[in-house]
Amino acid sequence: MSGWINKLKDQFSSVVLEVQLDKDYPTVICNREGFLDLIKHLKEEKGFTYLIDLCGVDYLNYKHKKFEERFEVVYHLYNLDTKELIRLKVRIKEDDCWHYSVTPLWKTANWFEREVYDMFGIKFEGHPDLRRVLMPEDWEGYPLRKDYPLYLDEEQEWAVYKGLVEKTKMERGK
Amino acid sequence: MSLALEINKKQLNEDSWEEPYFINMGPQHPSTHGVLRLLLQLEGETIVGCDPIIGQLHRGVEKLAENLNYNQAIVLSDRLDYIASAANNIAFALAFEKLMGLKVPRRARLIRTIVCEMARICNHLLWLATHALDIGAMTVFLYCFRDREWLLNIFEKICGARLTHTYVRVGGVRLDFTQEIIDDLYKFTEEFPNRIPDYETLIDINRIWLKRTKNIAVVSAEEAINLGLTGPCLRGSGVPYDVRKFRPYDAYDEVEFIVPTGKNGDTYDRYRVRMEEMRQSNYIIKQCLDKLPETEGEPILAEGAPDLLMPKRLKEPKPMPVPKKGVVFRGADKPIVPVGEAFAAIESPKGELSVYVVSDGSSNPWRLRIRTPSFVHISAIPELTKGHMIADLVAIIGTLDIVLGDSDR
Repeated sequence: MSGWINKLKDQFSSVVLEVQLDKDYPTVICNREGFLDLIKHLKEEKGFTYLIDLCGVDYLNYKHKKFEERFEVVYHLYNLDTKELIRLKVRIKEDDCWHYSVTPLWKTANWFEREVYDMFGIKFEGHPDLRRVLMPEDWEGYPLRKDYPLYLDEEQEWAVYKGLVEKTKMERGK
Repeated sequence: MSLALEINKKQLNEDSWEEPYFINMGPQHPSTHGVLRLLLQLEGETIVGCDPIIGQLHRGVEKLAENLNYNQAIVLSDRLDYIASAANNIAFALAFEKLMGLKVPRRARLIRTIVCEMARICNHLLWLATHALDIGAMTVFLYCFRDREWLLNIFEKICGARLTHTYVRVGGVRLDFTQEIIDDLYKFTEEFPNRIPDYETLIDINRIWLKRTKNIAVVSAEEAINLGLTGPCLRGSGVPYDVRKFRPYDAYDEVEFIVPTGKNGDTYDRYRVRMEEMRQSNYIIKQCLDKLPETEGEPILAEGAPDLLMPKRLKEPKPMPVPKKGVVFRGADKPIVPVGEAFAAIESPKGELSVYVVSDGSSNPWRLRIRTPSFVHISAIPELTKGHMIADLVAIIGTLDIVLGDSDR
C-alpha cells in the first residue's frame, strides 16, 4: 500500500504536503487548493468509495503542534475491495476559515460538514444547505472550539432562553 | 375546524392550491423512536420533501470528554446508544488502547466479544419489537421483550447494571465471569435459537407485514455506500461489509460466523438480515464460551492499564490510597498516554461506530470524535422517503434502526 501512496506525492506534488506512514493508518496531509482533485482521484481511480468519517479538530494552544494553522479537517476513507483505510488531513487557518465541500461526491458528507460548521465554524464552499445541525439555529459561538468554555456565564447564555426567562420573571412580578 | 375545512376546500380546487403542504412529525411522535422531528413537505399523502431536525438530545459528549480522563469518558459512551451500551464501551476502549499501546489479555478479549454479541441480540430484539409494533404486530413486541429481559438479567449478574453497563475498561474488563454466568449463558445459547422461529412464524409470511415492508425504501448497493449506510442497512443491499470481518478486533478473528446479506435492499431484506444476525451472534457467544476455559486464571486487565480510582465508602475517613503505577492524573509529570492519534471502529448493532481520538499527552483526550451510525442513517431519511406515502415513513424510520441518543451525542 505504501508504494502507491508515495507515487501520489509525485502525481499531486502541489497538493500533497506530507505522507506519514508511521501512524496507525497512512496519513496524507494535503493543501486546500487542489484538494478536490486529489479526493476525486482517490474515489474514482483508487476505489476509496466509502467515506467513513469527516471531522474537525481544533489545535489552539496544542503543546506539540508543528504547524501554524489552527484547525484540521480529517477524512477517513475506506476501500471496500482492498480493505485499505487512509486518513486525509487539511489544515485551515483561523482568519481564512473555509474549505471545499465533498458533498457532490458523497451524500453522507452533507451532515458531517454541517456538523463541522456547527461545532467549529468552518464554512464549506459548494455545500447545498449549510446550516447548524445539532445546536439551535440562533446559537452564538462554536462549542467545540477550544476557547469556548465548558460552562457559560449567565451573560453568555442562549439569547432566546434568556429572553424567555426574563419574560416569565416580568409576568410573575405583575 | 374552520382552518381544516378551508385547506380541504383549497385542495379540492387544485388550481388555486399553490402553497406547499407542510406537516411536522415529531418530536413527540411515538414511532420516531425518541425526539426526532421531521418537517415533511407533502403532495396529498406522498412525501416530496423531508427535513430531519435533530439536536433535542444534544448533551455535548465530545466536549465533555475533553474535560474528563480516559476512563471517565467511557461512562459517557453508555449514554450514546443506550440500547447496546456494551458495544459503545468497546469502541471507546479500543481507540484508547490503540493510543496507549496496551495489549489486552485473551480472556478479556473473549469476554468482550461475548458481551458485544449479547448487546447485539438485545438491540435486535428491541428493534424487532418496536419495528413490528410500529407496523401493527403487537404479539412480536411481547415475545421480544420477554427474551430481552432474560439477557438483561444476565447483564445484571455480570456487572450489576441492566442498561448502562460501563463494564469495559481501558485495557480489559471490570469483573471476571463467574461459573454461574457461564452456565446461564450456555442455557441461553441453547434455548434462544428455538425462540427465533416464534417471531418468524408471526411475521415472516404475514400478508400485512409483506405489504408494508416489500419494496419499501429500496436502496441499491452503490447508493447505500454513497449515503454512508452501514450495518444491516448496508448488508440488506447486498454489500458484505462488516467491520468484524474486514478489520477484526477483540476475538472476532478466532470465531467463525457468516455475514448475512440481502438482495433487493428493501425493508424486508433488512429485516431478514437482522434475524439471521441474531442466530450468528448466538453462535459466536457459544464459540467464545467454549474457549473461555482455556484462559482460566488469566488476568482480565492489561498490564499498565490506567486505573480508575473509585472513592470507597468507608466508615472512618482515611487518607486517599497511594496511586498504583499506571494511574493517570491531570498534570502528571510523566505522561502515560503518548502524544498522537488513533482511530478505531467496531461493528455496533446499528452500524459502524468509529472513534477518532487525538491526545496531547495529558490525562484527558484533546479531541474525541465519535461517528455514530444513527447520525448518518438519519441524514439518509430524505433520500429514502422520496416518493413514498406518509404511512411508509414509519416503516422507514423503523428499518434504519435509529436511536436519538446515538445521533445527537
